[in-house]
Amino acid sequence: MKTETIYQPTKGLTERQLTYCPGCTHGIIHKLIGEVLVEKGLLDTSVGIASVGCSVMSYEFFNCDTQQAAHGRAPAVATGIKRTNPDATVFTYQGDGDLASIGLAEIVHAAHRGENITVIFVNNAIYGMTGGQMAPTTLIGQKTTTSPRGRDQGDTGLPLRMSEMLATVPGATYLERVSVHDPKHIRKAKKALEKAFDVQTNKQGFSMIEFISTCPVNWGMTPQDSLNWAVDQMIPYYPLGLYKDGTKEEN
Amino acid sequence: MAKVLMKGNEAMALAAIKGGCDAFFGYPITPQNEVPEYLSYHMKENNRVFVQAESEVAAINMVYGAAGAGARVLTSSSSPGIALKQEGISYMAGSELPAVIINVMRGGPGLGGIQPSQGDYNQVTRGGGNGDYHVLSFGPETLQETVDLVRHAFDLADYYRNPVMIAVDGLIGQMMEPVDLDNKIASMDLPTKEWASNGKSGERGRLNKIVSLHLDPYDLEKHNLKLKKKYDEMVEKEQRYELINTDDADIVIVAYGTVARVARSTVKTLREEGIKVGILRPISLWPFPEKAFEKLPESVHSLLTVEMSLGQMHQDVRIVNEGKRNLAFYGRAGGVVPEADEIADEVRKLVKGANA
Ligand SMILES: Cc1ncc(C[n+]2csc(CCOP(=O)(O)OP(=O)(O)O)c2C)c(N)n1
Ligand code: SF4
Repeated sequence: MKTETIYQPTKGLTERQLTYCPGCTHGIIHKLIGEVLVEKGLLDTSVGIASVGCSVMSYEFFNCDTQQAAHGRAPAVATGIKRTNPDATVFTYQGDGDLASIGLAEIVHAAHRGENITVIFVNNAIYGMTGGQMAPTTLIGQKTTTSPRGRDQGDTGLPLRMSEMLATVPGATYLERVSVHDPKHIRKAKKALEKAFDVQTNKQGFSMIEFISTCPVNWGMTPQDSLNWAVDQMIPYYPLGLYKDGTKEEN
Repeated sequence: MAKVLMKGNEAMALAAIKGGCDAFFGYPITPQNEVPEYLSYHMKENNRVFVQAESEVAAINMVYGAAGAGARVLTSSSSPGIALKQEGISYMAGSELPAVIINVMRGGPGLGGIQPSQGDYNQVTRGGGNGDYHVLSFGPETLQETVDLVRHAFDLADYYRNPVMIAVDGLIGQMMEPVDLDNKIASMDLPTKEWASNGKSGERGRLNKIVSLHLDPYDLEKHNLKLKKKYDEMVEKEQRYELINTDDADIVIVAYGTVARVARSTVKTLREEGIKVGILRPISLWPFPEKAFEKLPESVHSLLTVEMSLGQMHQDVRIVNEGKRNLAFYGRAGGVVPEADEIADEVRKLVKGANA
């Protein structure tokens, strides 16, 4: 009998068991990155930078060289690696607390300098690892452990839209917001990731893919309800799509 | 080989290039600006990396990344900027990453002032980052000693896989002095950086990870003990000091950097008066040169610590002294450099029978 492989784990990830909660979309995003690195032939020449958040252990998951950065500093660490190793593929993997709060200066200036790196930004509208505190991306009315009555605009302002913000930075090249809530969107997200790594391979500068992601545990929802909440609540405020494609402007 | 007349900051920058520095990341702050200014031109010329970061926080994390990828890296700053770098320095110590950090010290606390100071002694020797770690640090006296140490610091950092700090006061950064940038210095046999995480896992056949996270307490303790072994080795091998006119001394001034330089004039004046005074000059600040104190003759009855700060190094002198000798302290702060006469007056107070 002939057997045919129709599915196998990507070689882009190690065999270490992921530490994410059941139903968390961090895992899908990892898999997409692993697949793209393998398919583009970049895995053996990549350096992945793990940030501080639920993905802190991702230095054990990506099947390439890795560095673990201090909270928010991954784009600076990536800058140091890429400037001294311009032929390596350098990517960061950062949550919204990491990138949009404590690391805001580092991400804006990496984009501003047009660093030739790829940023994977996982926006789950909450601080997952520390137990569900409010993030700059938390939606108005969303309950967290530090906004127990729901995020209030008067006290805390309006949620920060990073892709839109970075689109105003002249140095940024490629910015796209994607979601992984169903197979169709997962395929689209993978295409965006491919494009982002192509931008880096072609030395065209800074690329970031923002993923709308879920945190069933701290949102207090089932995995399915979380996916629905991402679609019904997050995507209307954080519209999916291309925010900047500087590769077109160049030619 | 010839000596050239150079400003301290520029000489340190050139010494870094000579020391094989591959990359510089920094942020402007007085009184060290000539370091990045010089390097912004000369690193490119030498096909090396120069980045003006958005902050000291970013700069030290760029240093972390580049060092983690195997490069020889330099950053330079002054006191408030060094304060911002402490998180990164702790991460580098934890991840065992080499780098050279120049600190051209100015007065503090807070924004303080921009005149020369040694008020960072605690920041340099104790660090402000979290956890059990040490930074190998030096407080040189002349520009020649400074540039020799900057060059050698890259080897030391690589050897120990640990940050090395050169702490000079603003005076050394700003003054001009003749220096030989090719002065013969000790060179170290260093292994290639097999551990570097630089995107060559295919070639290497193994993944490299740069990490300071150890969630299991027993794991972390093991790591802490491994680091401690290195620190013990530094304490054993890296204590550096100079003993000046101490062989027959009754009183010894303990001073480093610019203060030691001023104290040399004090010694000259007092020796002419017949007062037997010498200098114990720490060159390594961490490890503190305890061995130097063991070498002092029995005739030394008093130690006078003189600092451009209000008794920071004096704490280390007290620890080493263990109540053995009479101790005195004289400090100027805020950017005021003590004069030779002021120090002489303090020494005269210690002459036996002076108060009788
Ligand atoms: C300097 C510093 N401050 C705070 C923390 C604590 N901390 C760990 S993870 C985290 C938030 C991470 O949230 P996010 O980036 O949104 O990632 P997620 O866990 O949701 O994936 C914080 C505040 C830390 N490790 N370091
Ligand atoms: S806490 Fe939230 S973000 Fe973190 S792994 Fe669990 S579900 Fe995912």
